[in-house]
Amino acid sequence: MEKQPHSACDTCSHFNADGLKKLGVQIADFDFVVALAGNPNTGKSTVFNALTGLRQHTGNWPGKTVTRAEGAFEYDKQKYKLIDLPGTYSLLSTSEDEEVARNFILFGKPTVTVIVVDASRLERNLNLALQILEITDNAVLCLNLMDEANRNQIEIDTRALSRDLGIPVVATSARHKEGIPELIQTISELANNKIQCTPRKIKNIPQNISKAVQELSASIEKEYPEISNSRWIALRLLEGDTQIVEALKTGTFI
Amino acid sequence: MQEKNVAHIIALSKELRWQIGDDFHDSLAESIYADASKIVEGSVTKGDQKSSFRIDSKIDKIVTSKIWGFPLMLFILGVVLWLTIIGANYPSGMLAQLLLDTCHPLLKEGASAIGLPWWLDGFLIDGVYLAVAWVIAVMLPPMAIFFPLFTLLEDFGYLPRVAFNMDHLFKKSGAHGKQALTMSMGFGCNAAGVVATRIIDSPRERLIAIITNNFSLCNGRWPTQILLATIFIGAVVPSTYSSLASLSAVIGIAVLGIFFMFFFSWALSRTVLKGEVSTFNLELPPYRPPVFWKTIYTSLIDRTLIVLWRAIIFAAPAGAVIWLISNIYIGDESIALWAIHSLDGFGFLLGLNGVVLLAYIVAIPANEIVIPTILMLTVMATGIPGGEGVGVMFELDSVTATADILKAGGWTLLTAVNVMLFSLLHNPCSTTIYTIYKETNSAKWTIVASVLPVVAGFVITFLVAQIWRILG
Repeated sequence: MEKQPHSACDTCSHFNADGLKKLGVQIADFDFVVALAGNPNTGKSTVFNALTGLRQHTGNWPGKTVTRAEGAFEYDKQKYKLIDLPGTYSLLSTSEDEEVARNFILFGKPTVTVIVVDASRLERNLNLALQILEITDNAVLCLNLMDEANRNQIEIDTRALSRDLGIPVVATSARHKEGIPELIQTISELANNKIQCTPRKIKNIPQNISKAVQELSASIEKEYPEISNSRWIALRLLEGDTQIVEALKTGTFI
Repeated sequence: MQEKNVAHIIALSKELRWQIGDDFHDSLAESIYADASKIVEGSVTKGDQKSSFRIDSKIDKIVTSKIWGFPLMLFILGVVLWLTIIGANYPSGMLAQLLLDTCHPLLKEGASAIGLPWWLDGFLIDGVYLAVAWVIAVMLPPMAIFFPLFTLLEDFGYLPRVAFNMDHLFKKSGAHGKQALTMSMGFGCNAAGVVATRIIDSPRERLIAIITNNFSLCNGRWPTQILLATIFIGAVVPSTYSSLASLSAVIGIAVLGIFFMFFFSWALSRTVLKGEVSTFNLELPPYRPPVFWKTIYTSLIDRTLIVLWRAIIFAAPAGAVIWLISNIYIGDESIALWAIHSLDGFGFLLGLNGVVLLAYIVAIPANEIVIPTILMLTVMATGIPGGEGVGVMFELDSVTATADILKAGGWTLLTAVNVMLFSLLHNPCSTTIYTIYKETNSAKWTIVASVLPVVAGFVITFLVAQIWRILG
């Protein structure tokens, strides 16, 4: 039974199945850090298990993962440490799970962030995706639960979506291990800078706010010329996030 | 130059915040939503998707309906418990026979063969080994049934519906609707329930959820309830109805626990933890057929074995303590007897007895060992024949034998009812207390969470005992 390929990609010469090793919890000496973020109940933990070979308990209720879980896998002789972040609807509020996710993406500086979304509920899920793209440049959208979307006769043009978001989009159905090889391949290409992202930044912000953000991010960039997410930091400062104020003093987000 | 001069940036942000006004957060959220919907417009086409949504919403209409929601919840809980009670009997008996009737004598023989001193033999084999064996025999089968069933329900997507049904009750009691989810986790294990409260945003509501989680009857207490209900409640009604009566009594205790959870949430939010109830979005996920065998496997590995391991770790030293207090003498009384006699008066006031109170002190590390401790102490205190010797924990082959010992120890229907109540309303186990401390980081709230249920237990059992005696 194990010999059966899970998808066509397993047998394709472009996918290096031999190069994949699921390392479970052996997370020493990693080359890259990969974060898994997404709305609650989109199957992040299932994707996590599929990548690491771990069997973290998954549940069909929002908020199952309250702490971050860590695991690892090896692909093409490079080791990836994978962090399963708690599922959140946004990164703008004060609850502990959102703080864990927000701070990890900002301060933990993962090499690649995998944004797991529910394909049937894309619109609601993109809300978080757009916020994540404000923080980090290197991300891939994992369009999960495709089997359910297909059953609901929802069709998604992944190429158009990828163009609009400015990041690669991979359709998966992690429960059945479909699309996981492609996801791993994309993560590896992102980590090795073979794909360049030009993530979409939030548009349609009201005039007065966008002016304030511009003014503030300009003054942040003067102090920290090397950072790319000054706009997000400006937004958080306007929100009054005390951790950002603290980080600004010490420069921990560089 | 570690510290950068950012004072001007912060000052600027304060000034700008003042300028853009209060609706900053809302208009930012709105523009993100507008963006998202624009992107979706360009890439998503929806076919005729009514069919599967219709099934989901049809199920939801029944499951979350005002009329059927609660009866259905009780029914599902009843079915899960019934399967657990019925199904656990046989493997429990087999394990008991293997570990207690076969292995224990073998170990004793082996110990005398290598000439182990009597006290070391008693301490290790009669104390530590028997406690561990008892916990495995009694806990493993119900857990191996209860947890997978619970996990299947969880994977199917039922838990958020429970939260939806109970949301307005929690709101009325001044708590967070997500507390329904942490409450459900508490039915498995209170320590897990306390950790799960991290999904609650507001610190005030999270504290309420932590303090009241102990009112969810946990896995270590279900067997106690089931055993006592079978012996004492089932015996009150004609035998055809006895299993129905005992099942209803157990569900009654669980529901009473939920009632106390609401009551104390209400009381706390009106007094020391005043504040606004926060609103939240609860997404009802689609129903998903669980991946059956995988779910069984992970729930056995993740939950059953972890909880069992914990129980074993705590049962071993508790078994040792029981053996020690029964075998160390002060004057001509063992410590255990002395404690039982001093607690008897207070116990009588509560409709309990000294044995029960001492058992609950010894069993602070793990609720699972309350019943064997009670049996052992009863045999010792009454001097009736039975069991294996002083301070030896044992499991009796049949429910009738257990009943005989308890009745010889002076138990009445009142004692059974009050032990069931006290099992619901007493301090959390030491693991949960430690978890509460880690989660709240406050000794004060840890003490409140530990003491509040015991006080409630004293008050309730006292009232029940007095009313019972006046009416009886």
